[in-house]
Amino acid sequence: MGKRTFRVWRGDKDGGRFEEYSIDVDQGMVVLDCIHRIQALHANDLACRWNCKAGKCGSCSMEINGKPRLSCMTRMNTFKDDEVITVQPIKSFPLIKDLVADVSWNYEQNKKIAPFKPRPKDSDGNWRMRQRDVERVQEFRKCIECYLCQNVCHVLRDHDRKDQFVGPRFMIRLASLEMHPLDTEDRIPKIKDEYGAGLCNITKCCTQVCPEHIQITDNGIIPLKERVVSRYYDPILWLIRKIFPKKNK
Amino acid sequence: MNIKELQTFEHDVLVVGAGGAGIRAAIECAQQGLNTGMISKSLLGKAHTVMAEGGCAAALGNVDKRDNWKIHFRDTMRGGKFLNQWRMAELHAQQAPDRVRELEEWGAVFDRTPEGLISQRNFGGHRYPRLAHVGDRTGLEMIRTLQDFCVHKGIHCHMECTGLDLVMDDGKVAGLIGYWRETGRFVLFKAKAVIFATGGGGKAWKITSNSWEYSGDGLGMAYRVGAELIDMEFTQFHPTGMVWPPSVKGVLVTEGVRGDGGILLNNKGERFMFNYIPERFASETADSEEEANRWLQGDKEARRPPELLTRDVVAKAIKKEVEEGRGSPHGGAFLDIASRLPAEKIKKKLPSMYHQFKELAEVDITKEAMEVGPTLHYFMGGIRVDSDTQQTNVPGLFACGECAGGMHGANRLGGNSLSDLLVFGKLAGDGAADYIKGKSFGNIDEQQVQSVVRRATDILNREEGPNPFLVHEELQELMQKNVGIIRTAQELEKGIEELQRLKIDIYKVKAHATSQYNPGWNEAIDLSNLVITAEAVARSALLREESRGGHTRDDFEGEREEGLTYNVIVKKNDKGEMEARRETRKDPPHTLAGIANATLEELEGGDG
Repeated sequence: MGKRTFRVWRGDKDGGRFEEYSIDVDQGMVVLDCIHRIQALHANDLACRWNCKAGKCGSCSMEINGKPRLSCMTRMNTFKDDEVITVQPIKSFPLIKDLVADVSWNYEQNKKIAPFKPRPKDSDGNWRMRQRDVERVQEFRKCIECYLCQNVCHVLRDHDRKDQFVGPRFMIRLASLEMHPLDTEDRIPKIKDEYGAGLCNITKCCTQVCPEHIQITDNGIIPLKERVVSRYYDPILWLIRKIFPKKNK
Repeated sequence: MNIKELQTFEHDVLVVGAGGAGIRAAIECAQQGLNTGMISKSLLGKAHTVMAEGGCAAALGNVDKRDNWKIHFRDTMRGGKFLNQWRMAELHAQQAPDRVRELEEWGAVFDRTPEGLISQRNFGGHRYPRLAHVGDRTGLEMIRTLQDFCVHKGIHCHMECTGLDLVMDDGKVAGLIGYWRETGRFVLFKAKAVIFATGGGGKAWKITSNSWEYSGDGLGMAYRVGAELIDMEFTQFHPTGMVWPPSVKGVLVTEGVRGDGGILLNNKGERFMFNYIPERFASETADSEEEANRWLQGDKEARRPPELLTRDVVAKAIKKEVEEGRGSPHGGAFLDIASRLPAEKIKKKLPSMYHQFKELAEVDITKEAMEVGPTLHYFMGGIRVDSDTQQTNVPGLFACGECAGGMHGANRLGGNSLSDLLVFGKLAGDGAADYIKGKSFGNIDEQQVQSVVRRATDILNREEGPNPFLVHEELQELMQKNVGIIRTAQELEKGIEELQRLKIDIYKVKAHATSQYNPGWNEAIDLSNLVITAEAVARSALLREESRGGHTRDDFEGEREEGLTYNVIVKKNDKGEMEARRETRKDPPHTLAGIANATLEELEGGDG
């Protein structure tokens, strides 16, 4: 495929610039291969995260020609022959160095979510669930935590409301718990107040960038919003609960 | 450096590595009320466990009631060519079902049987459908379950922190020195016990399914403080890695493809595995396509297709077909699922394989065959541990998961690694918790700390030296060529000789710029462990003069009776040199030997 030119962000929290590198690109290479070649030949200290190189671990998220992508799944032959490839770190989180962002905020959000609390087992010591029912949550559990959805979420990226909204990644984590056939924990009050489901205005940018093609908005966030609405804003249900108070999930 | 200025953490137990085994070990320690620390080179949840696709082997008997732990044990021993540590294989088969059920209790969502129980799939070497699974992303499900569970257990999780070396006090483990990737600053962990769960060293080979993390860190660190390594000659070449395009060469294609009916073909369209059935498995393997197909339809009288023979057998068969000119265009074999299952079913059962080939190779596996070939995937060998406690010969040092040796013998069955890491992760946690009872923190010797730190900083401070990335490439070429899937004494000796030369380069590598998130520096540090790992494999391989499981000698074909009588042990000698020796195996307990050699009919059904 010949020589290709890359513009790669180099810098840290104090500032930086794009550096240009020119490398030979072979057939079948993905952007991450190119970063590795730049690293090996021109810039040993070029920082980037990666692990599985097969789209399964979600480590190598970056912005490639302005689009949030997994660099291990972005083939070079998807670009025009003379196109310069611009690579920069995901923007919604503070920069550590070069292509590496500090995503620790996400790990803090996860800790806030009440853990799975299963109902008692059947008398023979097993749990029974229908495949149809588990498939609903399996969709959410495909998430590889690449945080591309967090990166494009307007609430986090443009408005920086990280103190009020956990972001799409953790909305689907919540959905995976709330829709888990065995779970008995009630997280709806916190989904409303603490995790900020109401802040999502359903632009579906998160769904568009999800490399696992999870229907984050339609299958995850919207049903959670509906649960909040029916709990807090449905007048008939409200009345019933007033008359027959009991814990209701 | 003054040791008092060094950032210091104190933990009862420090776990090194946060893949499945590490997290499971840390959970065990934390549940026993210990102050538990865990460090990982990457972010939490990114370890190689996510790459495990097919499933987690456990004799739950949900799909075929004839299954029980004894048959799982028998399969494991036969797959390991009877070189496994008997007690480890026993504990593993007995405890795996509870470990899987426990994961369900912690939120894992496995695929279900029509009755609603955990579903189980067929896999190579497993007599019955035994692998609990979630499509073809079982590893991700497991690590995420463990991760989400462990964050509520008060474990101190130190991410992007790499271990450099253990600190010893009077022959016992007293802690570990590491560094933060982000800042390059050094950190001391004082600990009463340390559990290594650091994975293998696949990165010493060029064609591998392993990521940058698999540089044998635990093996290197343990070796340096006098721990023994066992069975290092047994390296698993997974038969089905991608072979095209070059940039993805080695990336794993799950055995689940074959478990779900995929067949291997050569360029003449022949289903060649029928020609490679070893005698030991002949009575349990189909000898015609017709019978293999009946088995796939669920006929319990039919025998298993030869594609589901153990990984060592399949990998060597593919290599042979290619060598004899019957390979695919890019030097592999064809793996065909397209003609075996309807497109919709393939997408449902093997979603990530569909995705992987579509995105990386522009191949639609519902329409075309995949091209596959062997890729270095897993280390059967590793740090030698006590079968019950997982303690090494170094007091206070424990090991579990891939970095520990003995459980799998000469060859690991697919699906037995996910169960291994759960079973032995827990046991290592138990072992460490027992060990530290009544113990206090050891003394930290300032000189040891300083020499470790100096070794790391020298890489940045020296004026010039070889490029660590290029030295790594050289190591990979060397191992691929001389310590590959088929070995000879001549090549192994040459490999060992070249490794001595390369070692000198490794001690001279130069990393540029600062220590802050510097992959060049990180790579340079990893190389010192990787080269120890590589040398241990080469020396062990030279000593085993036979072909068995994951170790194949062109100059010593076939299994030799004598080969069953010893394990190869690697240790640093008094002069600081690496020494490999044969150690005689103890006779197995009578009952276990009986189970391993029993017929299936004698073992089937009930609790075994």
